[in-house]
Amino acid sequence: MSVSLPGTIHLERRRLVSRPIQRGPGYNRLRNMLIKKPDDIPSSEITPKSQYLSRRKFMFGAVATGAALAGGYYLRTSSEIDQPVAADGVKLSGIVKSQFSTTEKPTSFKDITNYNNYYEFSTDKYEPNGLARNFRTRPWTVKIDGHVKRAKTLDIDSIMKLAPLEERIYRHRCVEGWSMVIPWVGFPLSALINQAEPLGKAKFVAFETIKAPDQMPNQKRRDVLPWPYVEGLRMDEAMHPLAILVVGLYDEVLPNVDGAPLRLAVPWKYGFKSIKAIVRISFTDYMPPTTWNQMAPDEYGFYSNVNPTKDHPRWSQASERKIGASIFAAKQRTLMFNGYADQVAGLYSGMDLQKYY
Amino acid sequence: MKSPSLAVVRALKVAVFLVCLAPLSVLVWKGFHEQLGANPVDVITRSTGKWTLTFLLITLSVTPLRKLTHLPWLVRFRRMLGLFAFFYGSLHLMTFVWLDKFFNVQEMLHDIAKRRFITAGMTAWALLLPLALTSTAGWIRRLGGKRWQQLHRLIYFSAAAGVVHFIWLVKADLRRPLTYGFVLAGLLAYRGASWLIARTRSRASVPATES
Repeated sequence: MSVSLPGTIHLERRRLVSRPIQRGPGYNRLRNMLIKKPDDIPSSEITPKSQYLSRRKFMFGAVATGAALAGGYYLRTSSEIDQPVAADGVKLSGIVKSQFSTTEKPTSFKDITNYNNYYEFSTDKYEPNGLARNFRTRPWTVKIDGHVKRAKTLDIDSIMKLAPLEERIYRHRCVEGWSMVIPWVGFPLSALINQAEPLGKAKFVAFETIKAPDQMPNQKRRDVLPWPYVEGLRMDEAMHPLAILVVGLYDEVLPNVDGAPLRLAVPWKYGFKSIKAIVRISFTDYMPPTTWNQMAPDEYGFYSNVNPTKDHPRWSQASERKIGASIFAAKQRTLMFNGYADQVAGLYSGMDLQKYY
Repeated sequence: MKSPSLAVVRALKVAVFLVCLAPLSVLVWKGFHEQLGANPVDVITRSTGKWTLTFLLITLSVTPLRKLTHLPWLVRFRRMLGLFAFFYGSLHLMTFVWLDKFFNVQEMLHDIAKRRFITAGMTAWALLLPLALTSTAGWIRRLGGKRWQQLHRLIYFSAAAGVVHFIWLVKADLRRPLTYGFVLAGLLAYRGASWLIARTRSRASVPATES
């Protein structure tokens, strides 16, 4: 299902949004206004801390919203082709560091935004950057349904306010045998799940990418993948603190090419599990279908945990090429659960991972 | 049309030779200017693979082209084009052996045995090897024209294995590999058709000469 509205509305919104939030003096004034407030009123003294914090949450939610709108506008109007997406783009504010971040050096912004699989746009890894440039990320809603107490449709801007934004520098391992280190910005998926209040019979979480063939050229074709792209997690996987919903990259609004405005990051699984441009999150009592598993069940399982001991018919999973390394550098050894075994191995205790790959 | 003089053909050969080196030159230039993208090994692998298949198809087009255009001297370019297919194929293989596997023989053997697209690719290259080795005038003489020609029909199988290699490699979206597949099918169909025509003609002509 598509959430895009008729084009006229976009045009009108663009006009409304463009001027005041552009990164000129006006933008800074707006930011200062929003940020100064807590200083003017010593709210921490008269308000309980929890409330103060939630207000702060709202503050950076508001700033993030403005930033996202401005970012969307910037991305939509930027015309320089091979430039990194939103290189000097809109910063997200109030991002907190996370204990779950790796200390490895992140891959360059340029490589992260110019080399990835986004089959809705192209099966080539270099093309999505240009093809996703004009993708519309506003208005955007996400439908939460299935076995939940509170089925609802959330606006992306309220989703960005759901929890404090965290920087999560994660290893990212593609099933094709390459890897990156990516400084995502997001919050635990569990925050959204808790708010939706799943019922006892909800055993899995299913995710769905937007279907917008007018914007995603490969969705007009039937010979690429069945659309929309769907993914899923078992409930305990989805609730794991490492599983996050991503709204930013390198402290900025998530570039379109990397799945804006909302994507998943599940760092112990192969990259294709981390679904992009999410418009629906459903709670099911059955294992939901997942796109690559439907395409080739012998190659891609439902779990698709990074596992160097489980050989893939196409690629050896024992090692990986780190993007950004010299072409004469040896590949590096792939780690079980992509190096997150200490945190996630418990989810699969007693399971035969050769069988449930 | 009269065949061009030897000097003209030689000059053309030099020109064609230089053009055939262009894909490699582009790769090398990009390599020195950091233009090979986020995953240079991937780009080198794809580029050399693509040009191997392209040169195989160009080589296979020479015969239909010279017959259809009645320009028999075109055959003089065939060996060079075929050797370029082998050259790019070897670069493709070297990328795998060196930049992908770092000469780890055990891993390579495992890959060749286990991954069918690599099996097909290795087969395609292995079938080209004897053709490259026997491409000289000396080998044509030693083998005799007919046997040499029979041997060199291996190129059909090599090209087919190359296309299969490409088809088995892609995860989804078969357009690119199938494009090569269709061109190859066309070139092979031409040969099949001319063989059939030749056979019916020679059958028809046998009684005529005897009577």
